[in-house]
Amino acid sequence: MGADAALLLLADSRLPAGGHAHSGGVEEAVRLGAVTGTGDLARFLRGRLATAGLVTAALAAAACELAAADDPADDPADGVELWRRLDAEADARTASPAQREAARTQGRLLLRTSRRMWPSAALDTLARAVPEGPHHPVALGAAGASAGCTPRQAALAAAYTSVTGPATAAVRLLGLDPVTVHRLLADLAPALDDAAHAACASLGDAARQGRWHALPGHSAPALDLLAEGHLTNPMKLFVS
Amino acid sequence: MGAHHDDLHDAAEPDGRALRLGIGGPVGSGKTALVAALCRSLGPSMRLGVVTNDIYTTEDADFLRRAGVIDPERILAVQTGCCPHTAIRDDIAANLDAVETLEERFGPLDLVIVESGGDNLTATFSRGLADRQIFVLDVSGGDKVPRKGGPGVTSADLLVVNKTDLAPMVGADLTVMSRDAAAVRDGKPVLFTSIREDRGAHAVAEWVTDMVDAWRHEHGEPHHHPVHGAAQQAQAS
Ligand SMILES: Nc1nc2c(ncn2[C@@H]2O[C@H](COP(=O)(O)OP(=O)(O)OP(=O)(O)O)[C@@H](O)[C@H]2O)c(=O)[nH]1
Ligand SMILES: [Mg+2]
Repeated sequence: MGADAALLLLADSRLPAGGHAHSGGVEEAVRLGAVTGTGDLARFLRGRLATAGLVTAALAAAACELAAADDPADDPADGVELWRRLDAEADARTASPAQREAARTQGRLLLRTSRRMWPSAALDTLARAVPEGPHHPVALGAAGASAGCTPRQAALAAAYTSVTGPATAAVRLLGLDPVTVHRLLADLAPALDDAAHAACASLGDAARQGRWHALPGHSAPALDLLAEGHLTNPMKLFVS
Repeated sequence: MGAHHDDLHDAAEPDGRALRLGIGGPVGSGKTALVAALCRSLGPSMRLGVVTNDIYTTEDADFLRRAGVIDPERILAVQTGCCPHTAIRDDIAANLDAVETLEERFGPLDLVIVESGGDNLTATFSRGLADRQIFVLDVSGGDKVPRKGGPGVTSADLLVVNKTDLAPMVGADLTVMSRDAAAVRDGKPVLFTSIREDRGAHAVAEWVTDMVDAWRHEHGEPHHHPVHGAAQQAQAS
């Protein structure tokens, strides 16, 4: 069940939440010559989905569950504490400071947009809990819950945006055939479903108590290095 | 902040905040030169903030900082991922974030100027980002440009045609430009400038001053109010 149409809005690249200015490491990979065409782009996207994509999907699912459990009758201080802990889990799974910064910038902008689109007490609590901006998947999951999406749908949106943003960036930076690149994304569709499924399976039933240590923590050192290297590029077009 | 009266970041909420002025136009027409000129002319009497949207990182922001026309901390640079018009029109989130960060750090401000990345004739600012907008052309693009129209030329609150000092060299006929612009602008103002010769762009500064006065008259004295989390944190650190 869940809100299918709201999911489409949430995952749409036209969602005005600043995502268009992030390449997810692709700009730096292009600069270094690691991504030069559709072949290595396909490998890049698959690797990104299997690591950062899966982790963000799980965090989004956890955030969606937490937001859905938000009860206005509860002590607001408890809500703030839980959101801070979930955001800290995201921090712990993001080794590169540059990537943390980019994730918080995107999360802050998404929170700003979603609070106007789908106002809710949970989003207000999240904004209060992490005033500098929560990690993007945390904001995405909370926004999903406010829009009526299920944790699985939030996870799917996170997995989806983890590859579509970089794919679009590659089209712009390398002048790739956009249909070829969308074919790559179509080929990834089953893997996106699998990632959303795995993300939800990792939640367990401890999440409601704020115990998220079982969430996946796959690292991708190459993405970390790309994120750090990107900051040193004086000619960069994308934020990350 | 209670959950129920929390602000929803409604960018259209104009009361008690600075006028937001967008400055757009094609690459190299003199947008940054105009921002610098306005800072020179208006800086002494107004509290200013500037947001730049460079194609490549912080070129414009660096130029303004070097020019010494405004406290460097009052300039923020936004990156636009190959799509300068997206950042000022379709997805203004990063620009709003920058504007509100300036207001939060240095507010209350009287005027926040947002310079767009150099773009094409169709690029205009969303009303969610800019309350008023200036479109800057230059004569060296050819005197046909106003005739070609496009939303920037036809709908901007003020059209500036810059680099009039170059007109004789490029064979641009200012009378033609003036006539063509008037024909598509439905009475809205057009000003011709040479920022090279008039480093304060005084006619434009006067127009902006009128806009700021009218804005304040309509929406009240700008006052300081916490807008969003980023700024709160930035201020605290
Ligand atoms: N001759 C002449 N040159 C000018 C004038 N105004 C600006 N310039 C020059 O034109 C060049 C471009 O000016 P900028 O202010 O950087 O133009 P811009 O529109 O901000 O450019 P982008 O941000 O790159 O799109 C610079 O070399 C300026 O010195 C003018 O009135 N006359
Ligand atoms: Mg400029």
